[in-house]
Amino acid sequence: MSRRPYIRPVSKTTWYFRSGRYKRYILREITCLLVGLYCVLTIRALAALAAGPEGWNVFLSAQRSPGLAGLHAVMLVYFLVYMTFDWFKLAPKAMPVQLGEKKLPDRAIVIAHYGLWILVSLMLFRLLGVI
Amino acid sequence: MAIAKKAFVWGLFAAGGTVAAIVFPVLIVLFLLLSLGRVPEGLQFGSIHAFAQSWVGKSGLFLVLSLSLWHSAHRLRTVFHDFGVRSDALVAKAVYLAALVGTLITALFLFKM
Amino acid sequence: MSIRQMELEVMRYDPERDTEPRFQSYSVPCQDEWAILDALNYIKDNVDTTLSYRWSCHMMVCGSCGMMINGEPSLTCKTFIRDLPDRVRIEPLANFPIERDLVVVLDDVMEKLHLAKPFIIRNDPPPADREFSQSRAALNKFKQYTMCVNCMCCYSACPQYALDSSFIGPAVLALAHRYNVDSRDQGKSERLDLLADHDGVWECSFVGACSEVCPKSVDPAAAIQQMKIDGAREWWKQKLKVVKP
Repeated sequence: MSRRPYIRPVSKTTWYFRSGRYKRYILREITCLLVGLYCVLTIRALAALAAGPEGWNVFLSAQRSPGLAGLHAVMLVYFLVYMTFDWFKLAPKAMPVQLGEKKLPDRAIVIAHYGLWILVSLMLFRLLGVI
Repeated sequence: MAIAKKAFVWGLFAAGGTVAAIVFPVLIVLFLLLSLGRVPEGLQFGSIHAFAQSWVGKSGLFLVLSLSLWHSAHRLRTVFHDFGVRSDALVAKAVYLAALVGTLITALFLFKM
Repeated sequence: MSIRQMELEVMRYDPERDTEPRFQSYSVPCQDEWAILDALNYIKDNVDTTLSYRWSCHMMVCGSCGMMINGEPSLTCKTFIRDLPDRVRIEPLANFPIERDLVVVLDDVMEKLHLAKPFIIRNDPPPADREFSQSRAALNKFKQYTMCVNCMCCYSACPQYALDSSFIGPAVLALAHRYNVDSRDQGKSERLDLLADHDGVWECSFVGACSEVCPKSVDPAAAIQQMKIDGAREWWKQKLKVVKP
């Protein structure tokens, strides 16, 4: 009796098409590109700010564009779904909280994250005069 | 036994991810408002410049930007790996260098405010 | 009790005759309450005695009967036909070499189990004059991680293990965490290898598939993330010379 184990090949470049779970994982991971993008945009804003009032106003008017508005809107939704909401959903796994004998349900920790997020966002909007 | 260097970078990644998850929606909304021609009071030169000059503002902006840059860099390294790019050492050097450069540039501009 | 006719597409592989695996279809008259394992047993007993597969307890405690059912790593004794369509594809557990038919080579993971140092490590002896008791609260901290039956469904789900089998993997890491979090254990520093090496926790990118497929709700993904946080903390402690590397 001879053994000849068969190794099923796995594509290193397209393995994630194998299931919906894997595809959603990839969609989640590439939000890093959004984070990087908005970091770069913000740094450019800092550059304009450091250049004085004229530099800043030039930057502000350069932002005005319905095309950009559409892009920002799409990226906001994508970011919320695949970054913020996913991050909050995974947070309880990394930080179990045990009170007495029972572990705090994951839901409680998720809600706490949402609470913090809403609070911080409202505070920032208030400070910036958006609301 | 010495803990792998990845522990340090992962720590930055986790901190950066939490910060980005919470703060970036607001940031994107601000860019959205600007693109619609709406400039909130807080983004008029006087207010935002004063904020960026204050120590609270400088440290807040630096922390958010640098942690987010490191988060993005580390995750991008994983993305390359997941897409089949095997030269991890090279990718790591490239993304962390980019994050370092971004961090330094951020510090520079905040210093010059 | 009605009979439901199901079509099972089963992957076959005879190492002495086949150059690569192929599918063979069986039409099985199933009873309503059957699990897929019952259908496989029906095939073996009545239709094709050459079909090879592992199973034992038929009650989700031995971990023998892990297979891919319609692409999802599952225990065949836990997957009921009432939850499945009429056509079911059954394959051996993914990410492992196929020995024969639905039997895979699990050596890689078996050889890794010891890396978790899966036993209580103590510096102090247990109390000599009374029971070494553990409160319910302390037990609940690690109880879920004790439920692992070594079925390896998590390894089948994990894309990082698929891409690189040198990754130590979900079950072994969860096992290490089970001991690290056990109040009786004092051996965390002995298990640091898993945090030090690049094949350990750091290969994990938190896809989370392992926890989603685990039939015993062990949640290895959670164990690994907690180990990462431990690792990050340890890194700082070592750098600040609070502990020796």
